[in-house]
Amino acid sequence: MWNTIFPYLLTGISVGGQYALIAIGYTMVYGILRLINFAHGDVFMVAGIVMVYMAASGMPLWLCIPLVLIATALVGFLIERVAYKPLRSAPRMSVMISAIGVSYTLQNLVLYITGGLNKDYPAIPWLSESITIMGATTKRVTIVTPFLTIALVVALVMLINHTKIGMAMRAVSRDFETSQLMGIKINSVISSTFVIGTLLAGVGSILYFTNYPTVIPTSGAMPGLKAFVAAVFGGIGSIPGAVVGAFIIGIAENIIKGLDIILLKAGVTHSMLGLATFSDAFTFALLIVILSVKPTGLFGEKITDKV
Amino acid sequence: MKDLTRKKIDSATIITGAIVIAVLLASFIAEQFMPATSMLFTVLKKSATYALVAVSMNLLNGFTGIFSLGQAGFMLLGAYTYGIFTIPVAERMNVYQYYNGGLVQFVLPWYVAMILAGLVAAFFAFLIGLPVLRLKSDYLAIASLGFAEIIRALFQWDKLGPITNGSNMLRLFPSFNDFNIRNASGEVVVYLDTLVPLLITTLCVGIIVLLINSTFGRALKAIRDDEIAAEAMGIRLASHKRLAFCVSSFFAGVGGAMLAMYQATVQANGFTTIMTYEILLIVVIGGIGSVTGSCLSAFLFVAASEWWLRFLDQKQMIGSFEVPLLRNGFRRVVFSIIIMMVVLFFRRGIMGTKELPDLIRGFKNRRRKEAQAK
Repeated sequence: MWNTIFPYLLTGISVGGQYALIAIGYTMVYGILRLINFAHGDVFMVAGIVMVYMAASGMPLWLCIPLVLIATALVGFLIERVAYKPLRSAPRMSVMISAIGVSYTLQNLVLYITGGLNKDYPAIPWLSESITIMGATTKRVTIVTPFLTIALVVALVMLINHTKIGMAMRAVSRDFETSQLMGIKINSVISSTFVIGTLLAGVGSILYFTNYPTVIPTSGAMPGLKAFVAAVFGGIGSIPGAVVGAFIIGIAENIIKGLDIILLKAGVTHSMLGLATFSDAFTFALLIVILSVKPTGLFGEKITDKV
Repeated sequence: MKDLTRKKIDSATIITGAIVIAVLLASFIAEQFMPATSMLFTVLKKSATYALVAVSMNLLNGFTGIFSLGQAGFMLLGAYTYGIFTIPVAERMNVYQYYNGGLVQFVLPWYVAMILAGLVAAFFAFLIGLPVLRLKSDYLAIASLGFAEIIRALFQWDKLGPITNGSNMLRLFPSFNDFNIRNASGEVVVYLDTLVPLLITTLCVGIIVLLINSTFGRALKAIRDDEIAAEAMGIRLASHKRLAFCVSSFFAGVGGAMLAMYQATVQANGFTTIMTYEILLIVVIGGIGSVTGSCLSAFLFVAASEWWLRFLDQKQMIGSFEVPLLRNGFRRVVFSIIIMMVVLFFRRGIMGTKELPDLIRGFKNRRRKEAQAK
């Protein structure tokens, strides 16, 4: 029984960590701009494509990785400046539409650059080696991901709680206008939020594509949406919430992928039910349930509407 | 004081009607004389489909202020309902080859199936509306998007195969081409394959316009402008929103059935979020809150992406100079950039919140003023 579940659990924890790194970007941007950055998942995909092309150009991998992170952060910064900043005083719906437009543009751009071909992600030597733990064979990245995620999250929380820019971020997310009056440079705070968010998504993309080594223009869409659900699940605006939510979703999704086999081995069912089809749908069902039962998520703050 | 409750049918409305009829007539005549393979007809058929779905989305996003992104899901429901009930019984063994001919062993006429398609979509909208419509803007958007993804997964589930054909496609049901009237030897005598989709869209959009101008429609606009004030004025928020959601989904379902007819095949995998995004962008380009705008921009969107920008995908030579960058996919990049321009700099879209009769009235007023100035 345990031997059947364990590999799925392991993959779940790893995928959960990767979702967490994306989800933080969503939750931070939402906390400050009240915007679902629909393009965030596509930035994640762009990070993958940049890596593919950099590695193909013959650059050594130790140089590629930092360059990919810088390029990703730059993309995030540019998106904010070009597509969101001009709409700062516009209704929220306009900004959301702009985000959808950016997502559409990025996907089409990558489609053009790759010529519609699937691109193979380069194997990163140490990370993509196979190892065996407790009878389950997996890539080393699976073990590294959760630890790296936790370390990055701790660093981020330290940054937010103990530095000046972190304090500015907290102030802006609490009250946009008042913090502006207090002399906080709103635009630089927002830019740094995007840079941090996309940097983490870049790290997430390196980990994710080491496990699922094919990059196509739409490979960012599904992880992006799931990470967003994770952010909502944990309470949008809350970083620990996003991380917890991401791990829960990652694990649940992978358990469902293997549920047919698990149930079969446990003797509950006697034929395959094809439940793996629902591994993506489950995430969204969870979202709808959470939103109807506890709209603020696990750790979210309650917001009251003013007239 | 002007009587607001009863609008007279003024000349602008009549001119609008005349323009619509003229467009229908022109397309009918063009169809008889131009070669059937012309891109114009492909574009017209597809844009008729997209126009209907865009208007249905506009009813929610533009007139009720509900930001829903579930359109692809409702289209999927409509397309499948239409497909399932119209595949000829004799062909079912071929289509449902892995499921022993499937469960459904009867056929409905296409128009009944089309209405049923709308009803199924509306029914699911009612169910999903119960939890989802209580949510606020962004949450509603993402929850409805999630719903579309759930539906997509459900329709590919192997266990539902006898009904939905699992992840295989549905085909061999009547498509737009079957509206052409043929003689005994199979040659087309009268072409109707473009006129019929245009007529269906005209009829449905007409119903939506009547609805928008009714008491119900005004209540929706009140909800859009200020929910709390509308509630204070005695408008029941929940029931109005739910009805708007169901009506919008009904027409999205009919649009889905039309898409099935246009494509001649249906596969759940095609109804992705990209489709919803495209329809949303059509609404935005046309102007959020303008039915005319949605119809116009549906045509422009489809024509630009399928027809006018095609040349960008091939190598072009100007004299002996080869234009750089042009290759497969460049069309879509240019297209996305145009869309971003509209989203960022022309936020009101083509029409803003104006309709065609408003434009005609404005034109006449200007003429009158000029005449007075003389």
